[in-house]
Amino acid sequence: MVPLSYYLVLSGILFACGVTGFLIKRNIITIFMSIELMLNGVNLSFVAFAAHWHSLAGQVFVFFVMVVAAAEAAVGLAIIIAVYRTRETLNVDQVNLLKL
Amino acid sequence: MISIHLILFLAFGAVAVAGAINLLAQTHPINSALSLIAVMAALAGEYLLLGAEFVAAVQVIVYAGAIMVLFVFTIMLLNAGVEERTNGSRVAMMFGIPGMLLGSLLVAWVVLRHSGTEAVVVGVLPGQTKGWGDPATVATLLFHEFLLPFEITSILILIAIMGAVVLASKPTVEGGEPPKKVRS
Repeated sequence: MVPLSYYLVLSGILFACGVTGFLIKRNIITIFMSIELMLNGVNLSFVAFAAHWHSLAGQVFVFFVMVVAAAEAAVGLAIIIAVYRTRETLNVDQVNLLKL
Repeated sequence: MISIHLILFLAFGAVAVAGAINLLAQTHPINSALSLIAVMAALAGEYLLLGAEFVAAVQVIVYAGAIMVLFVFTIMLLNAGVEERTNGSRVAMMFGIPGMLLGSLLVAWVVLRHSGTEAVVVGVLPGQTKGWGDPATVATLLFHEFLLPFEITSILILIAIMGAVVLASKPTVEGGEPPKKVRS
């Protein structure tokens, strides 16, 4: 039997790695992947709480988070393609103006 | 006495944490994407350990399958190279990293100390609790209590599809010159 707190610590570590990647990475695609890592960390805590309280609502919430993540990935990657098309760079330091 | 649950949890957790750290350490986006796939596969194992069979299957199919394929496809499409590092601001290095360490230590202390570790025990292998977390049970809940949010997500997906098509399609301006490219 694994205590709930172990799952929460693992979830927190994954979320912290995602936040760190979001802050230190300079490639816009890697930053986007860090956001996905954060979502995965949150999902793990949802499922752990669902198993702890014997309530399936947590798993349904994970399902909704995945749906939103899929939609977000599609739109976000389209935005990245549009940014690359106009600026020809993926470095976020060089993408600092809303207008060209 | 160490149970099989704990061993499996530690094994999958080690893979997940190693993948997450590798995501930070790598400079090429494709390496980061592959380590993120490893994280997601390990998390699917954790979900199975928690008895969430449906979520584990969806994790592999949707996350490790669809979303990461989209990422890898975009990386190849844009021909993304090795990341150019720039020196961040010194204030961020001085205060950001110690602050983050302090915050994570605080969270870990609170979780480990004040969550009543002996009372909360999870970790049922699939098959031990019948009819819990399998697709049929989740679907019953999803299509009864969560029917309206489920239908709203279909609208969200539709909007996301249209948005992705509009954003990623080539910009064309009628009656004018095409938008000029600026190398900044």
